[in-house]
Amino acid sequence: MRRSIRRSPIPILSAWLLLFLGAPLSLATAQEEPTSPPAFMTTQEAMTALHESPWPDKKLAAGYLLKNGDPALLPQFEELRSNTNRRVRRLIKPVINLLKNKAGLASPDKGTRRAAARDLGARGTPEALPVLKKALSNEKEHWVRYDLEEAIQLLNLENGDPQVKFMAIQQLGDMRSAAALPILQDLAKQQAGNLEQQTLKDEAEKASRLIQKWQDVTRGIEMLLQGLSLGSILLLMALGLAIVFGLMGVINMAHGEMMMIGAYATFVVQETFRMYLGEHLFDYYFFFALPCAFFVAAFIGWILEGTLIRFLYGRPLETLLATWGVGLVLIQTARLIFGDLTAVQAPSWLRGGAQVVVGVQLPYNRLFIILLALFSVAGIYLLLFRTGVGLRVRAVLQNRDMSACLGIPTRKLDAYTFAFGSGLAGLAGSALTLVGNVDPELGRNYIVDSFMVVVAGGVGKLAGTITAAFGIGTLNKLLEPGFGAVYGKVIILVLIILFLQVRPSGLFALKGRHLDS
Amino acid sequence: MTPERSITSRLAAAASNVGAGPAFWIIGALLFAGVPLLNLLPDDSFFHVSDFTLNLLGKFFAFAILALGIDLIWGYTGVLSLGHGVFFGLGAYAMGMHLMLGIGTEGVYGNALPDFMVWNQVEELPWFWKPFYSLPFSLAAIVLVPMAAAAMFGYFVFRSRIRGVYFSIITQALALVAWLVFNRNETNLGGTNGLTNFKHIQGFSLNDPSTQLVMYMVTILFLGLAYVLCRWITQSRAGRVLIAIRDCEQRVFFSGYSPANYKLFVFVISAGLAGLAGALYVPQVGIITPNQIGVLPSIEMVIWVAVGGRGTLSGAIIGAAGVNFMRSTLTNHFPELWPFFLGGLFIAVVMFFPKGIVGLLRKMSVMLPSRKSKVENAATTD
Repeated sequence: MRRSIRRSPIPILSAWLLLFLGAPLSLATAQEEPTSPPAFMTTQEAMTALHESPWPDKKLAAGYLLKNGDPALLPQFEELRSNTNRRVRRLIKPVINLLKNKAGLASPDKGTRRAAARDLGARGTPEALPVLKKALSNEKEHWVRYDLEEAIQLLNLENGDPQVKFMAIQQLGDMRSAAALPILQDLAKQQAGNLEQQTLKDEAEKASRLIQKWQDVTRGIEMLLQGLSLGSILLLMALGLAIVFGLMGVINMAHGEMMMIGAYATFVVQETFRMYLGEHLFDYYFFFALPCAFFVAAFIGWILEGTLIRFLYGRPLETLLATWGVGLVLIQTARLIFGDLTAVQAPSWLRGGAQVVVGVQLPYNRLFIILLALFSVAGIYLLLFRTGVGLRVRAVLQNRDMSACLGIPTRKLDAYTFAFGSGLAGLAGSALTLVGNVDPELGRNYIVDSFMVVVAGGVGKLAGTITAAFGIGTLNKLLEPGFGAVYGKVIILVLIILFLQVRPSGLFALKGRHLDS
Repeated sequence: MTPERSITSRLAAAASNVGAGPAFWIIGALLFAGVPLLNLLPDDSFFHVSDFTLNLLGKFFAFAILALGIDLIWGYTGVLSLGHGVFFGLGAYAMGMHLMLGIGTEGVYGNALPDFMVWNQVEELPWFWKPFYSLPFSLAAIVLVPMAAAAMFGYFVFRSRIRGVYFSIITQALALVAWLVFNRNETNLGGTNGLTNFKHIQGFSLNDPSTQLVMYMVTILFLGLAYVLCRWITQSRAGRVLIAIRDCEQRVFFSGYSPANYKLFVFVISAGLAGLAGALYVPQVGIITPNQIGVLPSIEMVIWVAVGGRGTLSGAIIGAAGVNFMRSTLTNHFPELWPFFLGGLFIAVVMFFPKGIVGLLRKMSVMLPSRKSKVENAATTD
């Protein structure tokens, strides 16, 4: 039962209906002030009182406004705040806060409503309860309801009535509320004087244990997701590297710079959109930027192959050094053109995330990266195994000389493959702009990891590269919290070296009788 | 392999016929004694070598020792290591730690602990720092720590027949990882700032020009010794196997040799040379930071050898000194152009002069009316 509660809104709702019946009674007893008859008839009267009346009346006015205020008064409050003394400012602060959030709760935007609800839960006063309850009765969105309910319960925790408090603790535990955890932990630590307090204490302890357990789970899910998105970027990088290496025996050290070029291509497209097209079209720039990044990087890769690498076939170590030099030149060129650090603004439809369960947000940008990688893998698979070009590429991969004898234009194929691999790195760079800044040395951060993917995955097999990319990406993120990012990397290197003891040619090696490729 | 007595006697024999003639002794003497003598000339003399230049030269020749090591493993054995910065760093840090402890209470905080430990609120000297109070231990560690690290890493890597580009990539990962680890504060190696502000070495102030002069001479001495050692290795029968591994590893394997063992041996020796270079570098430059041992410097070291001419020992020395000389001149005047120049150097050397400066010189000397000795030289080392 408890498990289902945090997922489906209906049981929570029914529990809530029960509480609704009880809450107003207890609230009324707790908050009624015996000496304050309603002194004001309208909000405007109260506002005037806040401006002009002596101190006790101001206090009453603030109390009245706290109950009956309207977000429309906010401009007046802002004006008052800038013209008055510190005491009044402090007096009206909770009122302003409540009114602002009230306005937030009425907003058509889901995110604003949620933020307002959370804010009220964290900083609100009991006067916010009716506001929250009213909002809850009108709310249809699941996660906004969740936040509203959480806020109500948090406010109920302050309630003097132990029964209300008990219910609130239980509810918060069932909701796995992260915001309530510190408060509940405090409650659990307090000394219990009597049986009633002891019950509360036990319940708080139980609830906080529930929440903590759930938080461990969500942290795991989040890390997994981060690992998958890192793995996706590595995969896009490594696919290009692995195909080129498998086909031509060439390691392209400038591959990371192809990624950097893709990132800057995205940046340039974004700036062009911003300058020449209106705001309403800006959001679509990414659809244009992705192919742009691919083709710019592919074009530069094609030039690189035609002017440099074709002369170095059969000399892999020399190619490695020469392409490193190319990388240095490209990095410095980018630095001279673009400066040190530029940021790409993600389009609005990739900002934010989808909440799936309590405490787990799936950020759209990471989901997009994962989808992009899967899409690319599918594309490469189709290209390699379902087209004539792919058939030829695979033939050259298996036996270059024989393929050449059979009339396959191996040289041309090399050039196209190299350009394609560079284009994939460009795509990776473009995707990377969604999660980080763009700087000239962007590629350097990923190149070593993607080499590791190629080494561990084996050459010439898609499955190996995919497995290794996701494996290394996820392992990186999984080791991070326990060991720190640095020691995580150390462990991964050691694991790869040990793994190569068992399988020297990677996860999936091409089968054959040759000793050396 | 052979008894120790015969190794030393062989080494002496090697030294006597090393350099294939008087060139070794003449150049060696010029560098060892000639340059310091020029330093003693009056300041306004045309031939005067300033303290600054002498110090720079000392640094270049320390790098040359490292280049000899890389030449052994890459130029002769054909194994491209992109992680030699790590071994250089291990030697340099070993020396740096000794010098750091030598500061004693003269640091900014007047604490017996190194300054960076005081910043990081380390109360007690970590255990692995303690032995570095002793000079003999430090001197041994300079060479043995990098060698041990190389032996351990190399054992696993060569055993699983990782070679070619795979080896390069794995060593590059090693360089990256080492850089990351040395950058951390909790490893108590000075973090990003590294080890610096050394005061003296065995009681002699490091700021004193005469100490630096001695350091220069010690560097040249070790460079000579390293040269003799490398010469001895490459001219021995083992050296022939190394070259054979470079040219066709499988044939060596099928002839009954174990390429992995030979490669491991050379890898360890070259790591030792790198450590020695690091240790000579530190007192002359006065600082060692993780940025001098990471991925970038490691691959730059390879290009020194490539520029000078791999597979020739003189090439390694010429390349290390030459490229670093260009580096200090260019970064002084046009710092923004240096990466273009360096990148261009990588490309140009590979594309147009695969045998480097020495190869170019030989080609020219072959084209000129032939002089016997040089042609012979080319024949023996190629």
